[in-house]
Amino acid sequence: MGKEVEILVIGAGPAGLSAAVEAAKYGAEVLVVDENSKPGGQLFKQIHKFFGSRRHKAGTRGIDIGTELLAEVQKLGVEVMLNTTAYGIYPNDEGVALAVNGEEGVIVHPKKVILATGASENPLAFPGWTLPGVVGAGAIQTMINVHRVPVGKKVLMIGSGNVGLIVSYQLLQSGTDVAGIVEAAPEIGGYGVHSAKVRRAGVPMYTGHTVLEAVSNDDQSGIIGAVIAKVDSRFQPVKGTEQFIECDTIGIAVGLAPDIALASMADVVFVNAKRLGSQVPMHDRDMMTTREGIYIAGDSAGVEEASSAIEEGRLAGIAAAQALGKISREEGEEAKANVWNSLNQLRTGPFGSGRADTKEQIIKQMEEWKVKNHAC
Amino acid sequence: MSRIENHIILGDLEQKKEVQITVDGKTISAVEGEPILSALLANGIKVSNISPKHHEPRGYFCGIGRCTNCVMTVNGDPNVRTCITLVEDGMVVETQDGLGKWEES
Repeated sequence: MGKEVEILVIGAGPAGLSAAVEAAKYGAEVLVVDENSKPGGQLFKQIHKFFGSRRHKAGTRGIDIGTELLAEVQKLGVEVMLNTTAYGIYPNDEGVALAVNGEEGVIVHPKKVILATGASENPLAFPGWTLPGVVGAGAIQTMINVHRVPVGKKVLMIGSGNVGLIVSYQLLQSGTDVAGIVEAAPEIGGYGVHSAKVRRAGVPMYTGHTVLEAVSNDDQSGIIGAVIAKVDSRFQPVKGTEQFIECDTIGIAVGLAPDIALASMADVVFVNAKRLGSQVPMHDRDMMTTREGIYIAGDSAGVEEASSAIEEGRLAGIAAAQALGKISREEGEEAKANVWNSLNQLRTGPFGSGRADTKEQIIKQMEEWKVKNHAC
Repeated sequence: MSRIENHIILGDLEQKKEVQITVDGKTISAVEGEPILSALLANGIKVSNISPKHHEPRGYFCGIGRCTNCVMTVNGDPNVRTCITLVEDGMVVETQDGLGKWEES
């Protein structure tokens, strides 16, 4: 079974849905596929208010942004295929292979592909890290906010970036105790507004500490606590500072890595995006990869936040529509310039400017690649 | 079943239809439309499988279908990701031993 479509968007999270909305607005025929049973990616577990200015929907909760995006997608009549896994992307324009409901194989022949596959949580290796009860912070968020099940009675969080702080606060909102937040760096990693909330609630902050061990119960079916210790300036544990913290769950919030399996099947050129999550596809200001007609957006193009994923998705959507001749060059360039303004605003301040620099470096390398490969 | 009934942001838990599934022969209640994993957690079950190499209990890690740490044998099929597979009334879920076995049919 084959299927023709102008633009195939893989991933129905903030980046993918935003790309679909922009492209469909300009009259492109768009198909969105997602392997999950519900669209929205990770937006529906984000019950906190977003940051940035009003144009970035600051003050709006992630769940509400998800609902708004879905309404736009519906209004524009974009087809969204759920329970659909894109498992193959062939290098010779032979299409993209989809498995629907884990079975039926469909080959799609899109003119443009937008990869918006997101990211996965990083694990952290320490004795006991494989025990049941040592879980990703994002997984905790999914369980307590989406499925409304407690993950435990008392949680110790490892990592004080925004994810660690926000999930700790959301644990308190769900009625779960937080035993503390462990951070190897001397300072808390995330925004002050998030750390203030958990500190006001009395959650202990173990900065300059690391986790040494998760302590198993008798039959290794769960944990009864963790041993943490102070670290020296080289992040090595200091002997004699070990302490036992009682908890039945350890949340791991030590960053995410872009999901790049499909991009790598598509044989695009990768680049080291450092703090945005190791290897990401090289891309230009249109979010196009080194393969003509294959775009990348959101966390899979470098891990940031949902608000920047939305903007990158819009860029890819506009660029793909423009490349298909749906809008004039002038109209396309103007629309993208507007989105770039917005993106640059998001990437300012002590937390954003490093991301802006990294992104500019990726784009610069892509320009050099184009010159070398006469692709422009 | 343990659920977060009241929530300061999300409000009171909506009452949804319940279904029954069996886990290692024991019947538990689940909420229609939820993944197997959340039903297990609501019933205090944290072990999904026994690891193939070290023979140690494993539970979920990512909860969104990426890491495969939560796989169990479901209706005779091994290696089913319980975090993204929705419950169905009468579903038979088993703690998986190692890589599991396909039921002979």
